[in-house]
Amino acid sequence: MMSRIGSLCVRLPWMFFAFLAMLSIPWFGSRYDVFLGTQIAIDSLFAVSLNLLVGTTGLVSFGHVAYFGIGAYVCGILMKTYGAPFIVALLAAAMGAAACAAVFGYFCVRLTRIYFAMLTLAFSQIVWAICFKWDDVTGGDQGLPDVPYPDLHWMSAIPAIGELRIDDRFYLVAVVVVALSLAVMRRIIGSPFGRMLTAIRENRERAAFIGVNVRAYELAAFVVAGTFAGIAGALFGIFNRGVFADYVYWPKSAEVMIMVILGGIQYFWGPVAGAATLVLLNQEITSYTEYWPLVLGVILVVLLYAFPGGIVGGIAGLARLVGLNGSRVRA
Amino acid sequence: MLEVHRVSKSFNGFLAVAEVSLTVAAGQIAAVIGPNGAGKSTLFNLITGHLRPNDGRVLIDGRDITGLAPHRICAMGIGRSFQRTNIFPRLTVFENVQAALLAHQGRGPNFWSRSQALCRGEGEELLASIGLADQAHDVAGTLSYGNQKQLELGIALASDPQVLLLDEPTAGMSASETHEAIALLGRIARERGLTLLFTEHDMAVVFSIAEKIAVMHQGRIIADGSPASVRADSEVRRVYLGR
Repeated sequence: MMSRIGSLCVRLPWMFFAFLAMLSIPWFGSRYDVFLGTQIAIDSLFAVSLNLLVGTTGLVSFGHVAYFGIGAYVCGILMKTYGAPFIVALLAAAMGAAACAAVFGYFCVRLTRIYFAMLTLAFSQIVWAICFKWDDVTGGDQGLPDVPYPDLHWMSAIPAIGELRIDDRFYLVAVVVVALSLAVMRRIIGSPFGRMLTAIRENRERAAFIGVNVRAYELAAFVVAGTFAGIAGALFGIFNRGVFADYVYWPKSAEVMIMVILGGIQYFWGPVAGAATLVLLNQEITSYTEYWPLVLGVILVVLLYAFPGGIVGGIAGLARLVGLNGSRVRA
Repeated sequence: MLEVHRVSKSFNGFLAVAEVSLTVAAGQIAAVIGPNGAGKSTLFNLITGHLRPNDGRVLIDGRDITGLAPHRICAMGIGRSFQRTNIFPRLTVFENVQAALLAHQGRGPNFWSRSQALCRGEGEELLASIGLADQAHDVAGTLSYGNQKQLELGIALASDPQVLLLDEPTAGMSASETHEAIALLGRIARERGLTLLFTEHDMAVVFSIAEKIAVMHQGRIIADGSPASVRADSEVRRVYLGR
């Protein structure tokens, strides 16, 4: 009986329920909840895209923010300067990030381990320097304020959604875009292509000698990860009503890396848990003390010691203790 | 089938492999023996593309494969196992051979199908033939050493090679594991008509299975021929067999 309930628990489409719960926030939550929800959704996408490199392929990138930033700038510039429709700007952001990831990745995958990581960081700092200095296009150190919201008037015709504010509507759009992106990444990780990536993570030398062109696959993973980071960046620019050089600066690479590790690199949903935890902790602690980075650091150290496999790793361990096999969704 | 023609490799002036020539006929089981540091593993790495020779050529079926990348050489029908066990430790046993099957069939670029359902039959058949059917869903890294070596053989076989290179296939095995591993190897080589080239320290193993033996010493091949002729060679006796 227990095990039947257990297996039912595992088989229920929990992520679909979570998706519906996220969608309902504008009706049941406050404006602040919607703000937090948007941030968590966007950071989740960014973190999962990084984990496609870290957890799935075994490539540690310290410069993932470059593609997030490029997505934000491409989308922001197209929507503000050229008045492009959101869907066009979003797709252009994804393609721009993919193109840059292809060019930078071509060089990065020629190196391994720490040298790979350093080169990704170097490229992201180059992108930052360009964004910071290229006044005519990116606004330089002033950034690109007043990126408009997408035109969501068509939603007015839909019952229940019609009365929502524009930021609530954008939140719904963001959650749907993030959910679709996560579904696609999940599918990619479960595909033969994803299996080749895990083989590379497990053993590069052996992977080459089952006939896998390791560099080509690493580059492909780099481009896929960059593409989704670009989508996250595009959403983030609109959410923040502007795009600034800070979005491409290296601390943001560190922040998303913390989300990934905190949540658990071995699990697909790990980075989502990490993103939610970090955003909520950040908000909570900031409201109590100005020394929040110190408190946050201490909490992170404790969490990482308590759950070496990340939050989701810890939960999966607990689930195994009570006899459930809930850890099937791997990165 | 496999032709190595005057291949040399030096590392910082140290000549690890010196003008080595070696021919293995189709379907033949050949062994390379020699003391530690004789250059056996380097020779293997030169054949499989992990190292690029300074000089000389490697041919398979008459096609020049010298200096190609390992994944290209693998695609041309050479499989190999490594001296240190070389599997995908955190994947299951089935996923290990499945990855190799998918790669061999060129399905790696498919990023939309669900991999779970692919290559089921072939993978299970392959695991059965190497005697790991019962462990299919175990995590590979938790297998016993002998079983991991078997799995490595399975991964190599998944690419359906014509030539199989095995670097010390029984290293670290107990006497009974060694016996089983060699029986398995011999059976699979016969069934598939494989050309087999392996290195080995255990002389009993070598003389029980090899049809041709090449003896390496300080980077050179000092004797090459049938087991009987190698056993009778006076220089081999002096430098290697110690008799």
